[in-house]
Parts: sequence; C-alpha cells; structure tokens
Amino acid sequence: MKLLRVKPGHGEVVLAEGDVTVPEQYTELLEAFRRELEAGMWAAVPTSTRSGKREAELVRSFEEVPTDAERVIFFPRAAGGR
Amino acid sequence: MGIPAAAWRVGPPSAVMPLALATAALVLMALLSVLALPRLQHTLIRARQRISEHIPRARHVPVDEYDPGRELRAEQRARTLLRSCVNEEEWAMYRELGFLRVQGTLDQRPYAYLIYPHKPILAYVPSTNHVLGEYCVEFPDRTRPYGSSRLPDSDDVLAKWIALSADERSLIEQANMHLAGRQIRVAKARRDLVRLACWEREHAAAREPTFHHAEGALTQ
Repeated sequence: MKLLRVKPGHGEVVLAEGDVTVPEQYTELLEAFRRELEAGMWAAVPTSTRSGKREAELVRSFEEVPTDAERVIFFPRAAGGR
Repeated sequence: MGIPAAAWRVGPPSAVMPLALATAALVLMALLSVLALPRLQHTLIRARQRISEHIPRARHVPVDEYDPGRELRAEQRARTLLRSCVNEEEWAMYRELGFLRVQGTLDQRPYAYLIYPHKPILAYVPSTNHVLGEYCVEFPDRTRPYGSSRLPDSDDVLAKWIALSADERSLIEQANMHLAGRQIRVAKARRDLVRLACWEREHAAAREPTFHHAEGALTQ
C-alpha cells in the first residue's frame, strides 16, 4: 500500500509505502495516515466497480481502508471558493 | 471735534461678526495643522511599519533557486495520477476537451457536473443542456510548500472528482453556489456541452466498427 499526497508545485508525494500484513510497516503506514488526517487532509481510496466504473471512497480512519487497497490519496479539505 | 461713532462701522454688526469668526477659525486651523504635521507624519510611518510587520511577506525566492520547470513537472505527475484513477473514457475526455463529466446522484431527475481545473464545478441538465449553476470550491494547501496553496491543474480536477464521486452532498454543501455565468460564461458552457456531445458521438462511432468486427468474428 502506498500513501500519496498531492502538493502544490509538486504533484503527488509518496508519504509511506509498505505491506499492511507486516507489523512494522503497518505501524509506519498507520502513523503516516494519522499525521495527514491531523494535518487536515482528506483521505481517499480509488476503487473500481465490477462494471469497470472508477470511483473513490473517502476514509476517515485507517481501519476503513480496504486491506487490498493499493493506495490512499491525501488531498486538502474542500473549502468554499470564490 | 470728535469722529462720529458711525464712521468706524464698516458694515452692519450682524455681517461683520461671522466673517471675523470664520477668519479666526481658518487661521487657527492653519496654525494647528502646521504644528501637528510632523507628529502626523511620524504616526503614519509607525502605522505603516506595524502593518508591514503583521502582514507576511511573499517568500523571497533567490533567482538561482527558481526552477521554471517545476510547475510543468508537477502537472505531468498530476496528469499521471489522474489518469490512473479515472477510466479510459474519462481520461480521453479530459485530455481532449479539458474537463471531466460526473453524473449527479442526489436527485431523481438526471443532472451532471462538468469539472474544470481551478474553476467552479458546473451543474447542468444533460437532456436540455440547461446550465443550473456554479459550485465554487477550492482545495487550498495551507502548508504552501512552494509559496502557493494552489494544486496543479490535474490534481485540482482529481480532488473534485474524488469528492464528487465519494461524497457529492458534502462537497456541494461546502461549495459556494452561484448562478450560471458568474465565472464560466453561459455561452462557453453551452459550447463545451456541444463539444462534449460531438466528442461522445465520435467516440461512439469509433467504438462501433470494433463492435461489429467482434460481432462478425463471433458469428463466423
């Protein structure tokens, strides 16, 4: 699983990468996940349906991330624009 | 022989008194302004200094640190990420037309959104091409890693696409809604909807021969 964050002037940045079944890597992923959420980011997991339609799912805790998810994308929270 | 009292009078007393008072007031104001001018200038200078201390200055980037290709590379990375998240048809739509379409799900009647980079999300009715309104939403990164809080174009589109796909209601509630035509001209929106219809027809036509070919192969 990869934790990615989109950043101004950079595109995506890999925050952490690892296998959730390996305890040390799970801890590293969990800590990185919490750090981003505490920084005010939204986390999303890209998914695809059986019909091939691409979707995304917003997750609010690391437990909500499907174990087979390949990546979690963090992006800034939405705010009303002008 | 004394001078008669009437000879001293220039005019009637009621006309002279206001004139004298006004002149005295003007002189007094002029004197006060001369006295207060240095103090006023000093106060203004201090106020300016205080304001400049409180307003964060734009980060000075030395010329040798400035990288003109950074934004371009960031956009390339953002496009790659967007491409990996949406399906082939949506990617082709964005690449060729410059926007993405997402179907709305909050109402029984069919409606959809057009997602433009760094512009409001446009809601419309596909059957009539009637533009319903604009939803202004931003994803500002307060950390401002490169002095800007603005995501690359394709990352902005991806963030809107994710938010609309995952939690349309929440995004629409957060957005500021405006009438159609505020930022995206209605004529441009209609033109884009016509372009989208043409694009879909072309893509459908491009898919058909493959289908017939496959069908023919199956029947043989």
